[in-house]
Amino acid sequence: MIWNKEAECMRIGKRENLQLERMRAILRRAYKNVPYYKKRFDEMNVKPGDIKSLKDLKNFPFTTKTDLREGYPFGLFAVPRKEIIEVHTSSGTTGKPTVSGYTKKDIEIWGEVVARALTMCGASKDDIIQNGYGYGLFTGGLGVHYGAQRIGATVVPVSAGQTKRHLDIMQDFGSTILTCTPSYALYLTEAAVEAGINIKKLKLKAGCFGAEMWTDRMRDEIEKRFHLMALNIYGLTEIIGPGVAQECDQKNGLHIFEDHFYPEVVSPETLEPLPDGEKGELVLTTLTREGMPMIRFRTRDITTLRREICKCGRTLVRMDRITGRTDDMLKIRGVLIFPYQIEKALLEIKGVEPHYQIIVTRPQHLDEIEVQVETSKKLFSDEVKHLEEVKKKIEKRIENSIGLRVKVTLVEPKTLPRSEGKAKRVIDKRQL
Amino acid sequence: MEVRQISLFLENKKGRLWEAMEVLAKAKINIRALSIADTSDFGILRLIVPDPEKAEKVLTKSNFTVRENDVIAVGVSDKPGGLAGILKILTDADINVEYMYAFVEKSGKKAVVVLRTDSISNGKKALKKAGVAVLSPKEVYSL
Repeated sequence: MIWNKEAECMRIGKRENLQLERMRAILRRAYKNVPYYKKRFDEMNVKPGDIKSLKDLKNFPFTTKTDLREGYPFGLFAVPRKEIIEVHTSSGTTGKPTVSGYTKKDIEIWGEVVARALTMCGASKDDIIQNGYGYGLFTGGLGVHYGAQRIGATVVPVSAGQTKRHLDIMQDFGSTILTCTPSYALYLTEAAVEAGINIKKLKLKAGCFGAEMWTDRMRDEIEKRFHLMALNIYGLTEIIGPGVAQECDQKNGLHIFEDHFYPEVVSPETLEPLPDGEKGELVLTTLTREGMPMIRFRTRDITTLRREICKCGRTLVRMDRITGRTDDMLKIRGVLIFPYQIEKALLEIKGVEPHYQIIVTRPQHLDEIEVQVETSKKLFSDEVKHLEEVKKKIEKRIENSIGLRVKVTLVEPKTLPRSEGKAKRVIDKRQL
Repeated sequence: MEVRQISLFLENKKGRLWEAMEVLAKAKINIRALSIADTSDFGILRLIVPDPEKAEKVLTKSNFTVRENDVIAVGVSDKPGGLAGILKILTDADINVEYMYAFVEKSGKKAVVVLRTDSISNGKKALKKAGVAVLSPKEVYSL
């Protein structure tokens, strides 16, 4: 099913014309109404009128999270504050949070793009959407909520972290679509088994999972345990929230709703745009946002754009599953490492549970990585030598993947923290 | 029928062994024999109990990683050279012992040795052939 066939299946040339027209308009508005953008454009000696083709966007300055913090709280709004009908903030793990302001029209756009995303997961008026994303300042809960209501589905706003209630509602209401973070979905499957729930009897048919990095192996695990189709959603508060991109049932990358969000992939080193098919940092420009236009926002997410036409019929560009972040990159003994690489290596080993924690220390001026992995019945043995072999096997696999030796420690099941929002995978204890 | 042993994974953490014992105590499971293998960051606790299935169930329910496997139990006369005789038989049959532990039964006449060989059936065969008293599960559980 396709929510907005005209927009999602538009002829590419026609869409490019639409994007160009919208790009010019938003650059004009940003320049005229936001002093921050005026200053930056003037510094770089660029004017909105310089845009002759979409590619010309590369001459415009990037916007970073730091820029947004400097404008805290309302400095990047492009409309008078009274036009803003809702604000969200993204978590401020380092310093102040960033604020995102929405006009009435922005909220409508948000509902539209999330409606497209949920429709890709098979949602229609007939569905009961159990929403496990957090409601509140986090965009996940309300974003999915607006999309579900746009479709006219029944949305159950459970929010994050009420496991017992989630399990009860799932059974009693017969929810058909689950929306939450993938790590919480896994946690729910464990809790369901513990509570003695017959998962096969649940009516769940699809899950719309996102807000954190995950892997295909995690998808397989969730699908196997929950008997549903698990699809990936992508978004970020600075751009709009969830609904920037969504995977269709082809499970072959996430379609970016590029009539609203213009994507570029740039080299993390040179910051030059890369051709399609090459891996780099995703940079997004909002094309229609009124309240807070984002020009060339550096997402820090690592992905690849693919233009090959998808079998689902949508002509929208696809991005690969996020494989890392330029700011979560760990630099260990000078080598760049993404936690994702360690996760992938781990999950290639049979019997290893997708729960792990990476601890970085510097005991004697040299970085060391410890990877804590939960044991499982499948890994465990009555013989020490077998357990030592399992450890060595995991260590070897990770070393092959990241090029560094790590120490693997086996810990007891269900002892690593399960986050009910974003899983905290890395603990960096180095004092630099 | 083989003698069943319960093994459980213990993270090297204060109080963890006590917690495991508490679970068994609450389930009123008495321990016949026990050994702990320890490494720098984890340990394996091995137990012989009268009702291995029940023990596995209650321990698993309390989030322990548990496994059940076969072991060989033999009665050895409680005197010098008793164990050496058993090991000689296995050595001659080219059978490797992965680990073993022993305890003295209540009457004090006999020691019971729990053995884990690579292949339980080969180990048992060699011992029986040499006329060693291999104990049945019933005999071991009721010691």
